[in-house]
Amino acid sequence: MHQFQTLSAVVSSGSVVQRHRSWQRILVNADAWRVAAKFLSQPQCTLAGLWGDSGSVHMAILDEFSYNLNILTLGCEGDKFPSVAKLHPPAIRLERAIADLFGYEPLKPSDSRPWLDHGRWGVRHPLGGNSASETAEPYAFLNASGEGIHQIAVGPVHAGIIEPGHFRFHANGEAVVRLEARLGYAHKGIDGLMQGATLEEAGRLAGRVSGDSTVAYATAFAMAAEDALGIAPPPRAQWLRALMMELERLANHYGDIGAICNDASFSLMQAHCAVLRERVLRVSDLCFGHRMMRDAVFAGGAREASVDGLSALRALLPELEKRFAAIVTVYEETASIQDRTVSTGVLKPELAKQFGAGGFVGRASGRSFDARRALRYPPYDGLEFEVPVLEEGDVNARVWIRIHEVKQSISLVKQILRQLPSGPARVDLVRGAGEGLAMVEGFRGDILAWLRIDADGRIARCHLRDPSWFQWPLLEAAIEGNIVADFPICNKSFNCSYSGHDL
Amino acid sequence: MRTLLLQGLLHQPLTEAPPRPEDVETRALAAQLDAEAQRRLGRSLSLRALDSGSCNGCELEMHALSNAFYDLERFGFKFVASPRHADVLLVTGPMTKNMREAAERTYLAMPSPKWVVAVGGCAIDGGCFAKSYAVMGGVAAVLPVDLRIAGCPPRPIDLLAGLLSLLKQPRAARNAPGR
Repeated sequence: MHQFQTLSAVVSSGSVVQRHRSWQRILVNADAWRVAAKFLSQPQCTLAGLWGDSGSVHMAILDEFSYNLNILTLGCEGDKFPSVAKLHPPAIRLERAIADLFGYEPLKPSDSRPWLDHGRWGVRHPLGGNSASETAEPYAFLNASGEGIHQIAVGPVHAGIIEPGHFRFHANGEAVVRLEARLGYAHKGIDGLMQGATLEEAGRLAGRVSGDSTVAYATAFAMAAEDALGIAPPPRAQWLRALMMELERLANHYGDIGAICNDASFSLMQAHCAVLRERVLRVSDLCFGHRMMRDAVFAGGAREASVDGLSALRALLPELEKRFAAIVTVYEETASIQDRTVSTGVLKPELAKQFGAGGFVGRASGRSFDARRALRYPPYDGLEFEVPVLEEGDVNARVWIRIHEVKQSISLVKQILRQLPSGPARVDLVRGAGEGLAMVEGFRGDILAWLRIDADGRIARCHLRDPSWFQWPLLEAAIEGNIVADFPICNKSFNCSYSGHDL
Repeated sequence: MRTLLLQGLLHQPLTEAPPRPEDVETRALAAQLDAEAQRRLGRSLSLRALDSGSCNGCELEMHALSNAFYDLERFGFKFVASPRHADVLLVTGPMTKNMREAAERTYLAMPSPKWVVAVGGCAIDGGCFAKSYAVMGGVAAVLPVDLRIAGCPPRPIDLLAGLLSLLKQPRAARNAPGR
């Protein structure tokens, strides 16, 4: 085991299965797998994904210096594999999901409770050798004990208009001692539905993994499919995709900045932010024929924007800037809202780093990663923008990252509108087999898409990893010691996806 | 903040005219809201959202109903925090097996008379998730559905039109028995 001094030594010990321009997949042995898991705790390496396949498990590792992505593949002998989570806790829930879906058990697991499988599917290991299901058993929540400690159970049905999930609090008076989320209620079996789907069907599914990030998911899927087929979309398609991605980011940031303030009962912000969100959705509708731009990005291209829509968008930008500046001033100058957001729900930079937290959650806690900047996929390699980073890690910092990102996105939209290349927005797909990987920056963080296309041109396996996998556990850490009443504002400031995580 | 509040007083509201329920194919289903309920509840319905496994797209458009453009509450609709306060259950998403029990319990917690609206393509028939091992199908697989509002997701204007059709039921139904 000691022959591996670096990750690249691990990588070169395996046999290359797939080599692409920016990434490769390596078949490794169990020793190399264990060493790689150990390297994940080093500053250079970040776990970018861990998922099952027929007879094997894949681990995606991001090199934080070169931003190369390596996928290590290990065959699961006897349906077992060495636990990554034992050496690197961020992998715990990913391993539990693999065990639920495929039946591959990590050796000496850190947590052997089921995760996505609530015992209600009528089948166990639906993506592995499936067998009849056992009945649902009560879930054993992690405990906290001591005098005066009581439990508060919330969900899966919540008081607001939000997605389903269960939160179990252990509280001492008003202070949260421990929070544990139980997710999986929105599990739709997307990985299973992907198998055997045509590229078109799979693209539609990808766009419905997480509704607020439909463009980001469709783009990640399309880029992975194009990578697999060895084709490049026309430049205009890449620019139109980026335009949609930034509109999606704007709509979500406007909506969420308002909603965070609303969770502190400051509804004025919500009212004004919701107007800006609605304006962005309407102009998106005018440009691309759908308010959320569903199915407007697909393998091989993107939907052409309407001329009327683009000129309406041009006209809207100054209005958005002016109105948003006024709203930000209100946020900045109102002590009562600051009192709720400053120093609330602090996520420590060490944890953000360890979990490889993406998006505003990571960037509000000192982790500067932004896939647009780091991976420089087109057209972001030709666009100017800043990646705001703060260190405080509280609700306020997460709000401010989003405020800064709104400004950056407006600037990006302007640049895209100025430089949008002419030409076709789609290219015919070649038929063929292959394997592809892509990582794109959605509003919530980096989305990883990996897929394999079989000789019939159908999806053999597709895995889409939501940024929330590495953000949900951090919410549990950030809420500790805060009062129960601050949970909604903390939760909204993270705004993790339930559906994207549950798949 | 004063400037912003002052502007709110001086400018015209953004709120737009309501859509006509006839615009969507909800007219026949609206008849299911019977006269007895109309008499008891008046032009006021409390709504409860239930996500039975959606992608969150429908929720976002339901949120939009409360913005200044659509201003849902002017019609007497109100989103409430508990099913025990609700007349109408708005269900979004395919019915996942993991949500089945929670959905049933939410429905049972509502007082009668009560209605279930399937919001969006997934809630109507399971959408592109219908064939999954983890999905029951549409909401009707578990709960009695009174009204269907199509779309992926339905636009807020379609949601509004569908909900208004619940209030504007035809006179012919006035003598129908209560439930």
